[in-house]
Amino acid sequence: MRDVFIIGTGMIKFGRFKDKNVEHLGAEAALLALKDAGIGIKDIQMLASGNLLQAGAMVGQRIMQHLGQTGIPIINVANACATGSTAFREAYMAVAAGAYDVALAVGSEQMGKMGMLGGGGPRESTEGILGSEMMPAVFGQAGVEHMRKYGTKAEHFAKISVKNHKHSTKNPLAQYQVEVSLEQVMSARMIAWPNTLQMCCPTGDGAAAAILASPEKARQIGRKPIRVACSVLTSDPWTDRDLTMPDVSTLTRTAAKEAYEKAGIGPKDLDLIELHDCFATAELLHYENLGLCADGEAARLVDEGRTAHGGDIPVNVSGGLLSKGHPLGATGIANIFEVATHLRGEAGARQVEGAKTGLAHVIGLGSACTIHVLQA
Amino acid sequence: MAAAEPAPAPTRRPIVPFLRLGTGGEPDRLMGYRCGSCGALFLSNRVACAKCSAEGGFEEVALSPRGKLYVYSIVHQSAPGVPVPFVSAIVDLQDGISVRCTLIDVEPDPAKLKFDMPVEMVTKTVRQDKEGNDVVAFFFRPAA
Repeated sequence: MRDVFIIGTGMIKFGRFKDKNVEHLGAEAALLALKDAGIGIKDIQMLASGNLLQAGAMVGQRIMQHLGQTGIPIINVANACATGSTAFREAYMAVAAGAYDVALAVGSEQMGKMGMLGGGGPRESTEGILGSEMMPAVFGQAGVEHMRKYGTKAEHFAKISVKNHKHSTKNPLAQYQVEVSLEQVMSARMIAWPNTLQMCCPTGDGAAAAILASPEKARQIGRKPIRVACSVLTSDPWTDRDLTMPDVSTLTRTAAKEAYEKAGIGPKDLDLIELHDCFATAELLHYENLGLCADGEAARLVDEGRTAHGGDIPVNVSGGLLSKGHPLGATGIANIFEVATHLRGEAGARQVEGAKTGLAHVIGLGSACTIHVLQA
Repeated sequence: MAAAEPAPAPTRRPIVPFLRLGTGGEPDRLMGYRCGSCGALFLSNRVACAKCSAEGGFEEVALSPRGKLYVYSIVHQSAPGVPVPFVSAIVDLQDGISVRCTLIDVEPDPAKLKFDMPVEMVTKTVRQDKEGNDVVAFFFRPAA
């Protein structure tokens, strides 16, 4: 396997685009990435397209109908919330293996106001009868488990929402750019204990894209190429409560261990982290899962403000899923866009100064976890 | 002239396959499948064991109706038409397996929900299906 470099990235502002189709969104992000790299669609040798809600509808091909149908191989990828990052990884693997020299990864999604995810479905509903399968309850329970183990308070989770909303005010691409106080978060409508409305990510539309290239191509055409130091994908191994309580921690821990080994770094070497804060409870768990602190110390990390912009371990300076938004298939590449933008020193008002190494983490429930470590 | 067929008596039907409704005075029970190789318990049959990969050899076992509250969430917003709030709970049964359930007969208030509190299973009819059968679900409630 050879080294792979990101030579271009693009992302459209997340929001709601009723007048556009999902392939428009994907094509717009792809064009931004192509222009960033200074190349055209004819230079792209393969496309990996991530989209979840239209997984059977050839979104990758539809994107090419808006960019130029060059006849290249296209893979359509679905992997729950890790859909975009898995598409990125498919493009990465294709270049790393030497099959192609320049590949495009696009993540796109159009959710509109679809409401909350999970549960329902075509089968006979058990929602409310056999507990809840919906995401707010699933991640509520995961937070309550941390409370049970370590005495974490609802306020600790709420502080994460405050932080990420504050971060988003510096990100013009975020779906929401509104600061909220701790009191506002705590007194907002309860969705599923301990997550209030502002501790749950919104639904929305969006797209992001990245272009990956071989070392030789990166030298020839790359503008500030960023090295992909590792690409890791794990699934959930058997754990005791697997049947009833999705375990978002174990597969993140195995992915983190593999990522640090492959990249030859440790968590202390990271200048910024974009992690999967679909709910405020999730972010706190992942501090420990990614080894940013020891088990049981995540609440202290929050209290000390160390994961805020300006702290020693800035997490989700983009605003995170909580405020930047979470259009499912776009999220995994948007996280990579964010990290790469900082490593190139082009993040504007939210720039993490001197960032050289960053990590992008995504979880798809069911479950899939990706971690990418990027280096300037 | 033949007598009109009597209307069939409504029957009870479990909401999920791993709930077995007792007949002839037998209690309703949750059923599990135990791997003959490693002993891992599942709520549905498997081709091979998810824990140890051993093939076949699953034994169907009746699970304990008693357990302890592991964790929960109090759901205030759910799918349309679902009454809220309710307590979505993970209960660890005495057999070493956990189930997701709605915890009843307790206030939906974190102050009233103690980790490891003993709970017991009850079953209730939750609705009728299209054929007029009673659909029966299991719940857990605080136990003495």
